[in-house]
Amino acid sequence: MDVDIAGLRRILQSCRTIAVVGLSAEWHRPSHFAAKYLQAHGYRIVPVNPRYDEILGERCYPRLEDIPAKVDMVDVFRRSADLPPIARSAVAIGASCLWQQLGVTSDEADRIAREAGLDSVMDRCVKIEHARLFGGLNWVGVNTRVISARRQV
Amino acid sequence: MADHVFKPETLAIHAGQIPDTQTGARALPIYQTTSFVFDSADHAASLFNLQTFGNVYSRLSNPTVAALEERVAALEDGRAAVACSSGMAAEALALTTLLQAGDHVVAAGALYGGTVTMLAVNLRKFGIETSFVDARDPQAFAAAMRPNTRAVFAESLGNPSLVVLDIAAVAEVAHAHGVPLIVDNTVPSPFLCNPLALGADIVVHSATKYLAGHGTTLGGIVVESGRFPWDNGRFPGMTEPSPGYHGVKFHETFGDFGFTMRCRMEGLRVFGAALAPTSAWQILQGVETLPLRMERHGANALAVARYLRDDPRVSFVHYPGLPDHPQHALLRRQMRGASGLLSFGVQGGIERGIRFIESAQFMSHLVNIGDTRTLISHPASTTHRQLDEAQQRAAGVLPQTIRISVGLEHVDDILWDIDQALAAASRA
Repeated sequence: MDVDIAGLRRILQSCRTIAVVGLSAEWHRPSHFAAKYLQAHGYRIVPVNPRYDEILGERCYPRLEDIPAKVDMVDVFRRSADLPPIARSAVAIGASCLWQQLGVTSDEADRIAREAGLDSVMDRCVKIEHARLFGGLNWVGVNTRVISARRQV
Repeated sequence: MADHVFKPETLAIHAGQIPDTQTGARALPIYQTTSFVFDSADHAASLFNLQTFGNVYSRLSNPTVAALEERVAALEDGRAAVACSSGMAAEALALTTLLQAGDHVVAAGALYGGTVTMLAVNLRKFGIETSFVDARDPQAFAAAMRPNTRAVFAESLGNPSLVVLDIAAVAEVAHAHGVPLIVDNTVPSPFLCNPLALGADIVVHSATKYLAGHGTTLGGIVVESGRFPWDNGRFPGMTEPSPGYHGVKFHETFGDFGFTMRCRMEGLRVFGAALAPTSAWQILQGVETLPLRMERHGANALAVARYLRDDPRVSFVHYPGLPDHPQHALLRRQMRGASGLLSFGVQGGIERGIRFIESAQFMSHLVNIGDTRTLISHPASTTHRQLDEAQQRAAGVLPQTIRISVGLEHVDDILWDIDQALAAASRA
């Protein structure tokens, strides 16, 4: 089930700490683009990747369960097949949202998250959705589908 | 929950522009600036790396131009759009972003003359070859495909042939070969026809015409559907690191608007055919009334077509809005209406046709279309003059063809001017 504009706004406003599973330290990778963007827009990023110690100035953890702080959103850059155990971990650490990135579509992970009461977003980029709803994407001619007579705040 | 789906009349007024964040201005501000400040060196680096969205320089993006881009993307139900300085610039931007030396294009023969020249002469000079085929025959497109074909190009409604493209059938031909269908949708405008919904992958417009509608301002736009599989192995420029933009992989990084970003960051940045903010603003004033205007253009044109069809001084009329036009059923299936363009011939030959044009009182003899004013022209000696006679025939231009872009004056007055000009032309 797709999340509407109001739902996406609520998720992006209420989640402040985002664990990015599969975050790459390579500057030109999409996961790095997205995480750097989110940092610049006031989110705290917690990298999750066993290959690195630190990315974008934040300590990197091998698994979600290793993160000592409270995580609001688990944002996943992994193959769809890898998703179900990550969804279970997201539930176990008390996250409020499981976000599967553009091209990641595990229906099972979606079901696990929803059944545990988490918000679940699939096949969307958290950076693109943020820029779509809070400004930025409109500057590069993308059809944001936002129709409103209220200014963005 | 599904988001509410807004109709074109609403999108034409609202899409792409919400009240200004800083001032609350309801109408679109004109951001008349070449450049935009960076908050820090790191912010500048992020912008140049495309890691954050923002404005750098108005050749790449500008908030006023962006409002036009999003509005037309919304009206075409596309994913994204990029505006440029004219309709020809839009075609050049789409084609040069997509193609390289050694590639081949299959194009409709029934095209605007400038487009035929771009494909047959200018792109050929850079090693891109084009085969022209009968736009009415999807099989002709299929027969012309080669292993190195990388694009299919046609007009949804031919200018001035008024040939109707079977968009779904030709899209199927293109997709069977793993290449995109590019449709120039200038003549119907996005209010009458949405080629992306019928299977096209990229739409280009001369925004100078019906989108602006007032004959004051040049502009063009490229819209992508977001559905073409650029990673099918035929478009390394979309999937491999871009040597033109420090290694960015446009498809991987921007997903379903990667082609638009590549047009912007490679094509606009390097070739520079950007749209001026004031021009974008002027075009947008027109777009707000596009649905109303297209209804009236169509109603007036149908009345003119009926009048000409029944007049013994006229030898032929091409207007697919007439029920006896051979492509009328196809038009009805694909479009909300037949637009305001039609072509016809004056009985007795080319000299009488020219006398018709020169006898008009308020119909303007010039080579634009889509103005509020009724416009008349003789394509064989103007818009299609650079083409040889075979190319002219393929483009639907006979020596005696007269093109009318029917305006928004009262239809009785338009018919009066046509009648008196025909009377003057028919006096021996």
